[in-house]
Amino acid sequence: MRNAFAKEIREQAIKRNDIVLLSGDIGNRMFDSYKEIAPERFINCGIAEANMMSLASGMALSGLRPVVYTITPFTTTRCLEQIKIGAAYHNASILIIGTGSGLSYSELGPTHHSFEDIAILRSIPNLRILAPSDSNELIHQMREALVLDGPTYIRIGKKGEPNIFKESDSLGIGKANLICEGSDFLLIGTGPIINEAIIASNILKSEDIELAVLNLGSVSPLDEESLRREIKKNYKAWIVLEEHSIIGGLGSSILDWLNDINVNNAPRIYKLGIPNTFIHNLGKQAYIRKELGIDVNGICKLVKKIISD
Amino acid sequence: MTLSKFDEMTIDELTELACSIRKRVLRTSSSAKIPHLGSCLSCVEILIYLYWKEMLLDIQNPNNPERDRFLLSKGHAAPVLFQILAERGFYSLDRLNLFGKDGSVFHEHPPQPGYIPGIEAATGSLGHGFSMALGMALAAKIKRQDYKVYALLSDGECNEGVIWECAMLAASNQAFNLTAIIDYNKWQATGRSNSIMALESLLDKWISFGWDAIEIDGHDIYQIEKSFESANSNQDRPTVIVANTVKGKGVSFMEDDNNWHYRTPDNNELRAALIELEENI
Repeated sequence: MRNAFAKEIREQAIKRNDIVLLSGDIGNRMFDSYKEIAPERFINCGIAEANMMSLASGMALSGLRPVVYTITPFTTTRCLEQIKIGAAYHNASILIIGTGSGLSYSELGPTHHSFEDIAILRSIPNLRILAPSDSNELIHQMREALVLDGPTYIRIGKKGEPNIFKESDSLGIGKANLICEGSDFLLIGTGPIINEAIIASNILKSEDIELAVLNLGSVSPLDEESLRREIKKNYKAWIVLEEHSIIGGLGSSILDWLNDINVNNAPRIYKLGIPNTFIHNLGKQAYIRKELGIDVNGICKLVKKIISD
Repeated sequence: MTLSKFDEMTIDELTELACSIRKRVLRTSSSAKIPHLGSCLSCVEILIYLYWKEMLLDIQNPNNPERDRFLLSKGHAAPVLFQILAERGFYSLDRLNLFGKDGSVFHEHPPQPGYIPGIEAATGSLGHGFSMALGMALAAKIKRQDYKVYALLSDGECNEGVIWECAMLAASNQAFNLTAIIDYNKWQATGRSNSIMALESLLDKWISFGWDAIEIDGHDIYQIEKSFESANSNQDRPTVIVANTVKGKGVSFMEDDNNWHYRTPDNNELRAALIELEENI
């Protein structure tokens, strides 16, 4: 995903002379080709994220479209106050990219894990919060974010995430996409972890259990229309899958929304995410997903448990 | 769209204006119970010089893209900035009748731009405005615009690590169009700034961070003028003006007394302060 970001931001910087890429001393050779076409519009802001975020606000208020890029914990919670005041309160048109989100940097430990970014940023006004599932969704969201007013945060993975969508698919901010049809259960997922759900849906199908999968790459704004459509399908339950804390993420967001709209046939929600704990026994992303029960097997197990209950 | 300075006033007239601004700040602090009075009184001459002599402004079109920008990074001095902007003509003085009232946009810090003409950024979270100012200065360089950016910092604000992050990046990016002014009144909220954190030598710190640094008496308009002339001649690095000031300047019983960081004058104190200012014109 990060390579798709680098390629797309270069394309945008060729088309538009107001794009400025700010990096927190990361991306080593990744932005070399960007620097070739817009050297004066690339600033390595050093390992100083608070300054980088406020600086981006100042640039946005001066008519530029800054894009802030560094590893997710450092472009979110490390400079949270600067996001709240600089970006959000000023409604500054900044694109904030968090790379290596969730468990993407699993081996690097809790300093580089980000399970709380959505929860915290959801409570800040004016800020769009996006978690694309693949590079194509990311590109669509970037293009849209760069023409909208106000700040956008996009939480991306690292590299090697499989593509789910085609570039020609109808993707973008505030759009949900039904990836797998099914009538028994609905799994709503955000971010690359949705691949686990797609595989789980295929496995369950062979056991005559239908698991629909809805991709929701936009946590804020939510695609309320699509969600209302899904309510009418009267699934046995909804499962919300995210590589984020079960506290305050997409699952909580959907629960809040269901509570607010107060429908009679609101579905039962099961949250499948990271428990409220630090992870001490490290390993590859797939290993930790498995340990936490948020991989293919974990999804299948939960579905069967709901059936047996 | 016309950008202009307000060059006609003499130093004596600016000094008189400083007295008048101080009186209004005192009245507002007393009537609306607005704190940070000492912090407001220490930067009056700096603000007057910036708004009447230094900056290219477009009063009729405050968002003129070519205007010079001022960021009150020490946002808690908003009560004096609001008076300055009104006096300079960004809005009528009548609007300040709502100062401190429920529902008013005029309270203790500058709000998001768009609510009060002339306000460039919402500040009050210390350290924040300075980095925004650098963003504006670098934007001018990228867009090949000639405007200059000024940020007023407090000495206490230099406790914030982000100030030094910003200082280093400004130097590495040759942000010569950025000038920082430090209202060095030697106090912060709860004590002497140099004893809470080792600020000294403040001038040397900035020099070692790659800035041109000038030390002046921040109440001497002539020295303020010379320091900005020096900053404007700089073409390869940013300039900091370390302005030695007196907290509570202009009122003898408030000068260098940090109680006036939070205290507001009662009627007797207000009367005494106004008489003293009047006598000293």
